[in-house]
Amino acid sequence: MQWNRQQLRADFPALSQNVRGQYPLVYLDSAATTFKARPVIVALNQYYQRESANVHRGVHRLSELATEKYEATRSKVQQFIGAAQSNEVVFTSGTTAAINLVAQGYVRKTLEPGDEIVITEMEHHSNIVPWQMLCRQSGAILKVAPMNDAGEVVLRDFQDLLNERTKFVSLVYVSNSLGTINPIKAMVALAHQQGIPVLVDAAQAAATVPIDVEDLGCDFLAFSGHKLFGPTGVGVLYGKMATLEEMDPVVGGGDMILSVSFDKTTFNRIPYRFEAGTPHIAGVIGLGAAIDYVRNIGMEQIAAHDQKLARSAAQGLSTIPGVRVIGQARAKTAVCSFVVEHAHPHDIGTILDAHGVAIRAGHHCTQPVMQHYGLPATARASFSLYNTEQDIDRLMAAVLKVKEVFV
Amino acid sequence: MNVHDELYQQVILDHNRHPQHFHELDGHTHQAEGYNPLCGDHYHVFMRVSDDNIVEEVSFTGSGCAISKASLSIMTDALVGKSVDQAKQVFEQFHQIVLGKCEDPAGVGKLAVFAGVAKFPTRVKCAVLGWHTFMGALDQRQEAVVTE
Repeated sequence: MQWNRQQLRADFPALSQNVRGQYPLVYLDSAATTFKARPVIVALNQYYQRESANVHRGVHRLSELATEKYEATRSKVQQFIGAAQSNEVVFTSGTTAAINLVAQGYVRKTLEPGDEIVITEMEHHSNIVPWQMLCRQSGAILKVAPMNDAGEVVLRDFQDLLNERTKFVSLVYVSNSLGTINPIKAMVALAHQQGIPVLVDAAQAAATVPIDVEDLGCDFLAFSGHKLFGPTGVGVLYGKMATLEEMDPVVGGGDMILSVSFDKTTFNRIPYRFEAGTPHIAGVIGLGAAIDYVRNIGMEQIAAHDQKLARSAAQGLSTIPGVRVIGQARAKTAVCSFVVEHAHPHDIGTILDAHGVAIRAGHHCTQPVMQHYGLPATARASFSLYNTEQDIDRLMAAVLKVKEVFV
Repeated sequence: MNVHDELYQQVILDHNRHPQHFHELDGHTHQAEGYNPLCGDHYHVFMRVSDDNIVEEVSFTGSGCAISKASLSIMTDALVGKSVDQAKQVFEQFHQIVLGKCEDPAGVGKLAVFAGVAKFPTRVKCAVLGWHTFMGALDQRQEAVVTE
């Protein structure tokens, strides 16, 4: 099915507004958070207006309904990422919480002082800091696979880091600051050759590349609802069942137990033992609506569109003298980071905003990437299924305005 | 909104391109580091204060956006020759200007070019970073001054 772009844009109410007075909004900040699809907003509304009951504990109709919808999302996630069973899907508050859960619940107990954890140079801070905290607790060492100047992980260097002391590998699928798509399947295979489990940070990948966890072979995968046209405050940790069986809960409380006495508590079965407390029920239901929405369009089509726009923006911006595109990976999607001579990224961001073009300026929670390029920050335009070539024209026109101010 | 007139006035752009007193200060009596972790703006402010508490010279080094750099450049001029107490008053005045609370911007000389910052709330922190760093130097602060 080929979709009509204008019709599709109408599914995102936030797109149709003017900002700064007269400018129709051009939203190029989906890598920070995507706009929310109308079916998601409807689902949230429906829950809060009519079906606001708790899950897994009531005998009344509304609790039953909330539980049905909450659990239906688990199956939708399973299908969305190609998991073997829905019980391999754990709901969290987001990617960050999922990574922290794996670090503390699964990896921590395997570590001896001197053991190693491997990440890459292009990780988001959320896939750096939990491991640094774990290293401080355990005496383990964090090892970083370098990237080249194009913004690509060098597979040989990555492979060279893996050894008998390596206890865990955690890798970003798609870089949020450069747009690089990493060869995750090959990297998982290299780690597995040495028996090392792998987590994939798919926060930026979920809305930009089709995901199949069985094909990738990863042991864990994490993503967030809010970068997938869904609500903030909800996310997913996928884990292979055999691996989840080895993981301890990190947060204790209600709903994650079978029985509690002062002598002994028996944990609930997987995945519920990892979902202590009343979860973000509305968020999970909204995430289900978001997944229905993207599956209806098709991730292959969305992926092709995002790659095309990233390529188009990079080509266009490169034609403007004084503009340099940061990150030239061969496999790249949805993101175009750039700098403009004589203009600081924050000034670029302010001037673009004054012309109705919303981008992100800063280090994008990837300070090591900025250090690699010797930059304090970049301007980043990011794209999603609702963006068009006209948006890139508006971006380029606004960048020319930046050049007028900062000659 | 005309961002050129409101925020990026020519005076600010000129100071950004050609900042004044943009160097370390030999024989400084005070210095401090200022950093904004969100945008990466990072400066050092140096000054020499005489025995009778007069700010004799101010300089700075570092990098950041046009607003922060121009603000530092103009600050180095505005504070020279002031007593420490007067300098603190100028700091207060500048704060009022960038928050849009100054009733007579015309009466504050060159600092008035920053009146437009008030319309860009996310950029206020850029304008005040250098000034907070100056205050940190006066207080002999050892750790970096952080604004965000």
